[in-house]
Amino acid sequence: MDWFPLWNSLRVAALSTVVVFFAGVFAAYYIARLPALVKGVVDVVLTLPLVLPPTVVGYLLLRVFGPKRVIGGWLLDLFGLRLTMEWWAAVLAAVVVAFPLLYRTARGAFESFDETLAQAGRTLGKSETYIFWRIRMSVCRSSILAGTVLAFARALGEYGATSMLAGYTPGRTATIATTVYQLWRTGQDGAAMNWVLVNIAISAVVLLVMNGFEQRCKQGKGAA
Amino acid sequence: MSLNVHIVKRLSHFTLRVDFDTEGEVMALLGASGCGKSMTLKCIAGVERPDSGRIVLNGRVLFDSEQGINVKPQERRVGYLFQNGALFPHMSVEENIMAGIRCGTSGEKRKIAAEMLVQLQLTEVAKCRPDGISGGERQRTALGRILVNEPELLLLDEPFSALDSHLKWQMELLVVDMLEGFGGDTVLVSHDRGEVRRICRSVCVLNEGVSQPAVAVEQLFAAPRTVTSALISGCKNITDACVEGESILCPGWGVHLRAAHVFEEADAVGIRAHHLYVADGREENAIPCTVERIIEDVFSTVVMLRTAAGGTLRMEVENAACRFAVGESLTVAVQPRHVRLLQKEVR
Repeated sequence: MDWFPLWNSLRVAALSTVVVFFAGVFAAYYIARLPALVKGVVDVVLTLPLVLPPTVVGYLLLRVFGPKRVIGGWLLDLFGLRLTMEWWAAVLAAVVVAFPLLYRTARGAFESFDETLAQAGRTLGKSETYIFWRIRMSVCRSSILAGTVLAFARALGEYGATSMLAGYTPGRTATIATTVYQLWRTGQDGAAMNWVLVNIAISAVVLLVMNGFEQRCKQGKGAA
Repeated sequence: MSLNVHIVKRLSHFTLRVDFDTEGEVMALLGASGCGKSMTLKCIAGVERPDSGRIVLNGRVLFDSEQGINVKPQERRVGYLFQNGALFPHMSVEENIMAGIRCGTSGEKRKIAAEMLVQLQLTEVAKCRPDGISGGERQRTALGRILVNEPELLLLDEPFSALDSHLKWQMELLVVDMLEGFGGDTVLVSHDRGEVRRICRSVCVLNEGVSQPAVAVEQLFAAPRTVTSALISGCKNITDACVEGESILCPGWGVHLRAAHVFEEADAVGIRAHHLYVADGREENAIPCTVERIIEDVFSTVVMLRTAAGGTLRMEVENAACRFAVGESLTVAVQPRHVRLLQKEVR
């Protein structure tokens, strides 16, 4: 069995989770401060990928980053960077699709954060960096962790936008999701089943980890 | 040790105009809920920005709108005790106190925190999180976190309001001890006049965002000058009045009263509920009225009276001394030294 799809899926999911984590957290932090009207519009735009069919997201991404489109062509000419039919194209697709999950959980957590804690930190002489990471993020930790795990799971399971943007090239862009489809389509039922089992195992572990976090948060509160 | 605050800030319902100066003492900012007390403290601490004005602490300009100075809250060295303590919920009591220490190795911080824990009787709960300790312990932790921060000024924002009465008393005693050791300026925000009387030396009354000149705390209770400060000091009977030479006409109560101290600008009078007494009708400052309602309190009885002119009066007597019935006619009187002349607005 060629294990490339497993390695590629994990690589794509891990990398896109890192990107989504920082992008989602900072977007949530800054958008929470915007005036209500602007916030409403930006919020809809950023959450759309969550509700649109992944193929629609894939199509839009191709319209923007395709090698013959303005931005895609420009990136190719200037940096020789191709954002289609490469494994990093799958990262791009997963980032866009998984982003709303983290953005929304982080925003919810930040909105319920008690601002007097930040004010207390300031009067005690704490830097804004300390207040953000050691107070705001620590207090919102359990929600944001849950959002991160969800984003990872979503990125791992991404199929629609990935298949359009990165395609299926064995040993180059194949992920578990695209491999299962390809194997089933070509009548290799046994091989498809193997990958299905691998995928279920990974997802189960991810969910177990998430439940573990939730449990620990509850206990932490109770024991204190 | 000195603090000078002269600020203006527009808020949604009113404009905050606060002016006071203190010199190394404990001053109270007394006012009803929502009159801008906390906002004033936040402006001093630097977490809110006034629209204009000037704040100077020990000669150091913290804010000056004309010179464009607005020192960051981190550099103001102002200790702010929030109403709810604002403890960091993910840190233990000890870690919260250590978070207040500005510099030093972790060993040094641990040592300072340990001393503070002993001083505040928090050793037993040192490893607990804020949501697992009592309200009094939370406020003590918050106080400790501020004291190890070595502030030049303490701002206490209704620190006892969330505590029940016996805890409140203990916390008050502790705070008074701590303030003696602190020695710098302290501003206590409160809507509780008893608290202010017990803890503070001077008091600045805030009425709908506008501060009145600060006075010694004894003066607020013994001789309030304005209607606002009389009300907030607990004076229950206030009515419009007109000075006519020696006597004062009170149309609301339908009587002329004589007061020990008269000043021309006065346009209201105040009488404390416990200064009214039952008279036989021939005394000076007698006010005929009827008993309208009788309300028994813990140690005293409040008798609500209606005067012949239609105004109302509140008289407070000991429970045992109350032998009136609703509807009964009664003449009450007040000694001239207890008739306090007031001004509606300070000009």
